[in-house]
Amino acid sequence: MTGSASSVQAVAEKTSFTGAPPIPGRGLVATYMAITAIVLALLMVFGLIMRASQAGFITVPPNRFYQLLTAHGIGMVAIVGLGGAGVMWYFLSRYVSLSRGILLANLVCFLLGVVLVLGAIFLGGFAAAWTFLFPLPAKPLGVWGVEATACYLIGVLLVGVGFLLLYLDTARAILSKYGSLGKALGWPQAFGKSTADAPPPTVVASTVVTIINIPAIAVGAVILTMSLVNALAPSFRVNALLAKNLIYFFGHVFINSTIYMAVIGVYEILPAFTGRPWKSSRPFLLAWTATMLMVLAVYPHHLFMDYANPTWANVLGQILSYTSSLPVLAVTAMATLANVYRSGMKWNVTTSLLFVSIMGWSVGVVPAVLDGTIAINRVMHNTLWVPGHFHIYLLLGVVAMLFGFMYFLGMSTGASDSAVDRAAVWLYIAGGLGFAISFLAAGAVSVPRRWAVHDAPWMAYDRVGALFALAVVVGAVAFVAAFLRRARAIGA
Amino acid sequence: MEQRIAVLVSAVIGTLLIALFATVARSARNTGSANDIAQSAARWRRTTFWGLVVLFVPTIAYSLTKTPYGHDLREAGAVVQATGHQWAWEITPSTVRAGQLVEIRVTGSDVNHGFGVYDTTDRLVTQTQGMPGFTNVIRHTFTTPGTYRIRCLEYCGLGHHTMVSQLVVTAAQAVQ
Repeated sequence: MTGSASSVQAVAEKTSFTGAPPIPGRGLVATYMAITAIVLALLMVFGLIMRASQAGFITVPPNRFYQLLTAHGIGMVAIVGLGGAGVMWYFLSRYVSLSRGILLANLVCFLLGVVLVLGAIFLGGFAAAWTFLFPLPAKPLGVWGVEATACYLIGVLLVGVGFLLLYLDTARAILSKYGSLGKALGWPQAFGKSTADAPPPTVVASTVVTIINIPAIAVGAVILTMSLVNALAPSFRVNALLAKNLIYFFGHVFINSTIYMAVIGVYEILPAFTGRPWKSSRPFLLAWTATMLMVLAVYPHHLFMDYANPTWANVLGQILSYTSSLPVLAVTAMATLANVYRSGMKWNVTTSLLFVSIMGWSVGVVPAVLDGTIAINRVMHNTLWVPGHFHIYLLLGVVAMLFGFMYFLGMSTGASDSAVDRAAVWLYIAGGLGFAISFLAAGAVSVPRRWAVHDAPWMAYDRVGALFALAVVVGAVAFVAAFLRRARAIGA
Repeated sequence: MEQRIAVLVSAVIGTLLIALFATVARSARNTGSANDIAQSAARWRRTTFWGLVVLFVPTIAYSLTKTPYGHDLREAGAVVQATGHQWAWEITPSTVRAGQLVEIRVTGSDVNHGFGVYDTTDRLVTQTQGMPGFTNVIRHTFTTPGTYRIRCLEYCGLGHHTMVSQLVVTAAQAVQ
């Protein structure tokens, strides 16, 4: 799927980005992506360690396993958020005037938050999983102390504050340029009779991310604060079902927004190689508006097994789980295929990873929708089926988008793909698919998720999964090494 | 049954999607009219969209008749109280009879737990969450006698993976 180094260079020279004015925050975006690259590799190693331990290849004590689980979960959510923000900022800054100071402030908040979270986990022993379901953070049965709980919750809160600042800035910049969020979403073109050009795909996607993430982070801050108060003053209690609703609203919206931010790279980069612009067509605009509304209301599909949750909410969660797949499969996947089909494009690592990312997103939707069926969720919820489907559209979706963007940035330094880079693409794709399938297969035979110790009959799946995880890590380390070699030059 | 459906549908559609992307990837070396391809893609988009809508409507409608949310209004033959504690299940009584409708009232005394019922072949047959302050009710008829494992399916701390218990289902005539 990859072309020669010379052809890569030739294509790069043809792209619309060559000769384009420099991005003001290019150095800062490069820093974002360098941190993203390093943390992704580290967290993938954590994942490999957990799978290897479940497989019996190594022995990780349960307390350490659950610490790794917590760090892997919260770390991945945060770092794909950071990487996605880097992609979004890079391209959105071509259309609206964004603040570099805010971009830096987000990074500072992120790093301070990460220090607190890592300290809470690996020094304080905090291990309540990234979802910190109330009231587990305050009820560890002596495994960790209230200081660790406070550090974790404040750390996550700090990361959220940084992202909130960023989205408030994107809201300000978009409103300044387009006058209203509706106009930035292309509503006059989608629902009215306007014949004016709709805002570019980057602006539309960024507006959706801005609209959904501001309330999501605010809700996340509410439950983080409530959990913190509960940890410090246990007489303050929260309704456990309300807490779950708040956590999953925040978590679902935020993790989905990471894909919406990163896919901007596909919209901007792939057309530069195929020579076919990605237009904000009416179906595109309608799909994004529908996605925006659905992602805000679909989260009850995480609560199907909470029978006490209102039935209407869970039924709505199932219906929206199905309809949410329509924009991905009928619009994004189809547009990507049409953009590439018989385009005369020569493949390189950048385009390969971006193209595969849409495949991963599309394929991952299928087991996700099935799990979003209440009758199936009854026998799949919290089995390894769940990490099976979300690793497809995270590992082979959003993370592939981020690595593709990193290679794209690297091309601006004149660097070309090496044989190692090209081999790493295949290793990463094969490893990612095999790794996710090992989870799905284990979930289909009811292996529970988040268990530090597995029964002997389950270990065959773990062993296969661990070997594929190793392939993913090797591929990812090659991507990371390549980007870090180029990062300084990108910034310069 | 549900697991088989999930595997089959995922395998078939997933393979078709990968094959489609691979075919398009191979086509990229050739060139074609961008306008013709865009028009063709628009037709495919409409077909895909409406095809999925036609598929989804009956699927959603049928599957919503199979939810575990209190459709079965018959009087239960037995009532089981299950309470999750860090890190053990308290299940009373722990023996029920095959063929009778069993109502299992699940709650959590401290944090969230997940009450997963595994059949005699070690497959998950039903589950619900055990939440502090709430009681979720499973209504289930066990058809096969044997020992059913109960595993915690919501992460609840260090001893999560040790929260394994059992529910014994006796043959219908054994109790009579």
